Formats: sequence, C-alpha cells, structure tokens
Amino acid sequence: MERKKTRRKTRVIPGFGLSAGVTLTMLSLIVIIPLASLVVYTAQMDFPEFIRTITRARVLASFKVSFLTALTASAVNAVMGMILAWVLVRYQFPGKRLLDGMIELPFALPTAVAGIALASLTTDQGWIGSIFAGWGIKIAYTRIGITIALIFIGIPFVVRSVQPVLEKMDSSYEEAAGVLGAGRARIFWKVIFPEVKPALFTGFGLAFARCLGEYGSVVFIAGNKPYYTEITPLIIMSELQEYDYASATAIALVMLAAAFLILLAMSLIQSGNRRILKGGR
Amino acid sequence: MPKLWFFLNLGPYKFYREVEKMRRIKLFSLLFVFGIIVGSIAGCGEAKGEGDEKITLTNVSYDPTRELYEAYNKVYQKHWKEKSGQDVEITQSHGGSGKQALEVANGLQADVVTLALEYDIKAVEDAGLIEPGWLDEFDKDSAPYTSTVVFLVRKGNPKNIRDWDDLVKDGVGVITPNPKTSGGARWNYLAAWAYGKKAFEGDETQIQEFLQKLYQNVLVLDSGARGSTTSFVENGQGDVLIAWENEAYLSLRDYPEDYEIVTPSISILAQPSVAVVDAVVDERGTREAAEEYLNYLYSDEAQRIAGDYFYRPSDPDILKEYGDVFNLDINLATIDQFGGWDEAQEVHFSDGGIFDQIYDE
Amino acid sequence: MRAKNKNIVKTLLIVISILFIGFMLLLPLAVVLVTAFKSGITAYLKAVSDHYTLKALLLTVEATIFAVVLNTVFGLFAAWMVTKFQFRGKRILTTLIDIPVTISPIIAGLIFVLTFGRQSVLYPYLKDLNIEVVFAIPGIILATVFVTFPFVSREIIPVLEQQGTDEEEAAALMGARGFTIFRSITLPHIKWALIYGVVLCAARAMGEFGAVSVLSGHLRGKTNTLPLHIEILFNEFQYVPAFAVSSILVLLAVVLLIIRSIVEYKGKGGV
Repeated sequence: MERKKTRRKTRVIPGFGLSAGVTLTMLSLIVIIPLASLVVYTAQMDFPEFIRTITRARVLASFKVSFLTALTASAVNAVMGMILAWVLVRYQFPGKRLLDGMIELPFALPTAVAGIALASLTTDQGWIGSIFAGWGIKIAYTRIGITIALIFIGIPFVVRSVQPVLEKMDSSYEEAAGVLGAGRARIFWKVIFPEVKPALFTGFGLAFARCLGEYGSVVFIAGNKPYYTEITPLIIMSELQEYDYASATAIALVMLAAAFLILLAMSLIQSGNRRILKGGR
Repeated sequence: MPKLWFFLNLGPYKFYREVEKMRRIKLFSLLFVFGIIVGSIAGCGEAKGEGDEKITLTNVSYDPTRELYEAYNKVYQKHWKEKSGQDVEITQSHGGSGKQALEVANGLQADVVTLALEYDIKAVEDAGLIEPGWLDEFDKDSAPYTSTVVFLVRKGNPKNIRDWDDLVKDGVGVITPNPKTSGGARWNYLAAWAYGKKAFEGDETQIQEFLQKLYQNVLVLDSGARGSTTSFVENGQGDVLIAWENEAYLSLRDYPEDYEIVTPSISILAQPSVAVVDAVVDERGTREAAEEYLNYLYSDEAQRIAGDYFYRPSDPDILKEYGDVFNLDINLATIDQFGGWDEAQEVHFSDGGIFDQIYDE
Repeated sequence: MRAKNKNIVKTLLIVISILFIGFMLLLPLAVVLVTAFKSGITAYLKAVSDHYTLKALLLTVEATIFAVVLNTVFGLFAAWMVTKFQFRGKRILTTLIDIPVTISPIIAGLIFVLTFGRQSVLYPYLKDLNIEVVFAIPGIILATVFVTFPFVSREIIPVLEQQGTDEEEAAALMGARGFTIFRSITLPHIKWALIYGVVLCAARAMGEFGAVSVLSGHLRGKTNTLPLHIEILFNEFQYVPAFAVSSILVLLAVVLLIIRSIVEYKGKGGV
C-alpha cells in the first residue's frame, strides 16, 4: 500500500526514463564493467587461497594501519570541515574569499608532490618537524605522518559537502530558537546539526574511504616499515611488482568491499535519519 | 523498463509523443556519443603516423637512464641515418623497472626494453612478447653497461662507514628502498647478502641475522630508489644511503660539498638488461632498426656515453679509460652465485621469502 | 552578554580555521613554491617552458575538459534521478556512484588495464579496430573521468535532497515540461553546488596521478600528463624543475578558483 502510493506520486515529475538511461549507461561503462573485471580476475583464485592471501600477517597489519590512520584523519576532517564550512558561510571577515578559494588546492596538487612537500616539512629537519622534534615527537615516517597526509587529502570532501547545505539553510529556525531562549550549544545540536548531518556523513564517508586507498602522498611520508607504517595500497603495489596479479586483485577486492560498505553504511545512516525527521514532522 | 535504453534507438520517434522532448534527448545523447568518439579518435591519431621516410621507435626504460638515452638517441639517430638513409624518432618512457615491464606485458607498444634487471625482462618474455633466448642475443648477457651498489655518506663520513659490517652497528641510520617494490633495491639486498656469505662463510642463519640487523637500522624503506634519495639528500634522514653507483655519482655531481662515496669490499655486479620486443617489432616492421639500436650500444662511442653518465661500460678496454672514476678493484658477486634471478626471487623476495622473514619476528 | 559571547566564539572559530588552513594547506604550497624558485627565475622559466612540459600541460587540459563535461552531464542526470524519484536499489546506486572516489587510484588504474589491456578478452577486438585504450590517450581520459566521476552529482544531491520535490511536483502538476522545471526551479537551487562540483572536478582531474600513472605508459611527449611529468622529473633527480612544474598546477588551480569566486560574487551580488 505504502509503496504504491509513493510510486504514483513520483510519476508526477517527468524525466525518469531519460535520467535513468544516462545515469545507468555511464555508470556501467565507466564504473561497473571495469570493476567487474576485478572480480572476474580474482575469481580465478580459489577461495581458500583467497583467504590465505588476505589474512597474511603483513596484510592484516597493513589493514590495521590504513584503517586507523584513515579513521583518525577523517574524524579530524569532520570536525575541522564543519568548523570551516560554518565560518565560510556564516561569518564575514577580511580574507574570507581567499580562505574559501583555497579549499580545493589539495586536489589540484598531484598527490606525490603533496607527499614530498609534507615529508620535507615534517621530518626532524623540516620547518614544522623540527619544532615537534624538540618535544620528542616524530611526525614524518610514523603513523602521525600518514594521518597528516590523509587530513590534507580529505579536507575538501567534508567542507564542500557541508557548505552548500549550510548556505541553503534558512537561519530563521535558529533565530526562532534563539528568541525562544535556547542556548548556543542547544541551537547547534537541536537545530543546525540535524540539518547538516546527512551532508556531514557523506563528507566523512567520502573522506574516509578515499583515505583508505590513498597511495601517492602517503608513500613519501610513511617510511613504509612493514607492520608499522606499511599501508595496504603499498602491499598491492608490491604484489604487482612481483607480477602477482591474483594476490594484488584479491587485496584490492577487500579494499573495494570496505569502501563500498562504508559508503553504504553512511547512506543508511542518512536515510534512517531522514525518515525520523519526516516522521516527526 | 524499456524506456531506460531509449537512446540506444535514436530513430523511432513514435516512442515519444513530444517532439521537443525528443530533440533534447537527442542533443544530450549526441553529446555523450560525441565525447566517446572524440576520445577514440584522439587515441587512434596518436597510434599511427608512420611514413616510409621516417620510423619511430619506443624505448621503455627505467628511471635513472634518461640522460644516458637522451645522449645516446642523438648518436643513434645520426648512425641510423648514415646506415639506412632513414630518419628515426625515438620516444622514451621511464619509470620503475618492474612497473615498466608490467606495462609492456599489458600492451604498452615498446620496440625495445632496457630495464634494471633480467628478471623484469623475463616477465615480458613470460607474457609471450619476447622469444626465449634473448639473453644471448647481444653480448655480455645483453647488458651493454653495468653498475654496482655503493654507499653514499655525508661529507667527512662522521660515522666512519667503510664496509657492510659498519651498517649494522647501533646508531647507524640506513636508507634503502623496499626490495619488494623496487627492482634496484633487490641488487642492494643481494649485495649485502653477498658480503654476509663471505663474512660468515655461507652460514645461512648468521647471514640472515646480519641482514635482519641491517634492515632494523633502516629508517625509511621507500618504495623506490628516487624516494630513498629524497629521504637521504633532501630530507636529511639517515647516515648512509645504499645506492646504485651511477645514482650515487649523480647525487655527488649535484652536491659535491655534502657527500662522499664509499665503496664496500664486496658488492654485486648489477646488469641492466636490454631486449628487442619481438611481437611488437614484427607487427610494426621495425625489427632492423630496433636490433641496431641495441647493437650500437656496444660501439665505442656509445660505451663512452655510458661511462660519462656513470655506468660501467661493458667493454673492458673502455672501462679502463674510466679507471679514475670507478673503483675497479671491487670484488663483485654475480647473480649466478644466487642461482639466477628466478631462484633469487623465489628464495628472497617472494611472499614469505627471506626478506619477509626478516620483518616477521 | 550574549553578543559578547557570540563574538568570542566567532573569533575563535575564525582563528582555528585560518590556522588549520595555514598549516595544512599553505605550508606545503609554500614548500612547493620556495623549492621551485630555489635555483632562480631563469631555471624556473626554463623548466616550465620545456617542450615536454608544454605537451604534458596540453594533455592535462584535454583530460580535464573531458572529465568536467562528461561528469557534469552525468551529475545532473544522476542527481535528478536520485532525488526526484523513489525506486528500488537507490541506495546501491548512489553508493556505486561514489565508489570511484574511494577506490585507491592504483586499483582504478589496474581495473582499466584488466579490462582493456593485453590479457583482456576485449583486447583482440580493440586491436582489430585499431583502437588503443590503455597506454594511450583514451586510457588517460577514462581514468580521469573515473576518479572524478561522482564529484558533480555528490555536490548537487544533498542540496536537492534538502530542498525536497514539492516545487517540482507543483510545477509538473501545473503542466510544466521537464526541461522547464529543471531550468526554472531546480537549477537556481543547485547553481552554487554545481559550480562547486565543477571546480572540484576540474581541480581533481588536473592533479590526478595514481590511476593515470598506471594507465599512461609514460611515453614522453605523448602520454605524459603534468603530474606524471613531475613524477618523472623527480625520478630523474631534477628536484627543482619538478617543483617548478608543480607550481604550474598550483597556478592553474588558483586561476580556476579565482574564476569561480568571480562568478559566485557576481551571481550572489545580483540576487
């Protein structure tokens, strides 16, 4: 019953066939067919061998390194991205446009250049690294270094996801809440946060999944020590160097599944959230 | 959902009631199709372009040979013009040796491959592109120039590093790339093994312990040789860089005030191999030019170019001319002492091999 | 009291933002620029006006244009489909759209090699048609389109989701045609998100390294994009020229961002 009702409703707006046609065709050509070949290639390996390949101690250790650093970096990015988007949308101050314009710069710089630049900044001889070295903290060639590189890579995702929503958001709710006497923190958590939450989760999810797979910038700053700072994409690279396509694609498949699950989870959280919102109204 | 595939049959207007709507659909579809067509044409245009007068060769090589081949290509162009009357244009491709081999195996149209080690060219052979027996096609195991592994240390050699056993001392920071991702780094590892073999009279457990200590002293295990040089030279990491002789000399040329080269008592004869990619030259009709390209690398002129760019010429007489550059007294182990590349690869660098065991404890 | 509090929070947040941007984004850029000019301006000019650099620049621009056009077309259709209609498998669809961004660039390159390379079943057919995909320009374009695939749609979808479908439904009920609805109702809502998306897409397309690197074959002057050219310079011990060429990319990005902010300024000023 419920579904039928929505079905009829959706037909009101035209263009479903057209948009579905274009979307699905491009998606198949550019994403699905190439991804399928990854699965086909891995399928040449039998299952026990697949499990053996992906559970080797070094591979597991690299999963842990990649996962932890990506999670930390995207958590930092979620908080900082939210602050940045807020500042850029709600406040006026000199240099704001400049700040706004810089957000995409990490994308334009080739990841390898970013990695080399960050590494030279954060070694114990670098501008920043030497300060921290004085306090006994090493950044480059440790997991902290990897995290820094990933923060650099991921920041535009969060800012640019949240910013448009904040811009579109009507500030009258907040004002009403303010007039009714709600505190700032309360306004933020009860009024603003629920509105930007889907976008924030999207940004976080994208940044997280992107960080899991990042290679170019990380290899220069990581030190690449097995078990300690060896990331999963590097393992894939070394399998390729050994002409071991099967192992490389097997590990790649695990990474792919992880990315897919993260994104799916984010989208579930989002839509669950929306349902609650709609039901409440 | 038959409507979904609407634009695959652009013709039948009857499907759509509104002509105006149709026009729009057509426009977008055409734009899309146009994009794909332009893309493919751009690709095809690039693929052709061979005339009778001019031939093109693609040389897929590894990273540090750019200057060498840039100089050699000029000499060869002149030589080929004199010999056959044809102009030849050479496109260079440089990258990590293993990756380059992989790309050729995957369809990169290379006429000749000039890579860091025999094992990488063997990968191209295994893909069915090079006929077996290529190793004997040219002189000296198809290695027109060789190199070896040396140490680059900071000026004045503050840690007093003289030989391999100095690298395992406490407090010595070593920089070398990861042998699993860098072909060049495998020579580094094997050179250390060759030293261990002599020092411990072949006792494998002791040699393995020695290498374990050495790799415990490694501060940064970069994915490639250039990454290691960056860590050592630009970022100031470590006390000693294990490097190919030609690369060490290049760093020394750029920063003569800052570094010194130390030649260990034992090292390894690194033989970068060259081969004609049979499948490609036969298809493109460039066999003659490609074979001559590699053959002429053994000429006196080309051998001196190799020497000028810090590769050891394989011609013993010309090598002697560079006696003041290279340490010719060095004791060089060869890959044959490791049972050839297949065995070395299997024993040391495969998954679960000795290199993995070094880190597994 | 409240106003004062508000100011403190405002200042604090602004300071945090500026510090973060300064340390995380500006310092690495400063390193790039400082190194680029380390050997003086002549060395810099020589590096950036090199024949191979210019060819690489051209290819990068070409790939970027393809990526932006294709992904904008795709993004608009996909966003329309996802936000204006209810259908089964929607979540899977949106997730699939996002997948390319999150895939390790190496894997992205690898899948195209597996699909179009020598060991692929398609290879003989492509060969007969004389179409080269991998290690040629189409491969580079494909990889670039792939890594920037969801950028436009991702920017538009949250905005459209927040806006809901009521206005479009009303318009449709009143008899407006699809394109009219899109142009006069939807487009104004998503204008800024679209511009963000396009800029993001262009910036990312210019800087793409990993996937393209696997697919290009590094043929000098033929299939080298700027980031690959930079990699090669690094690998050839040419530290300063490498950073000089990187600065071209930074410059391109800056130009792009300036254009965006002018468009944005005019647009918003007009409202």
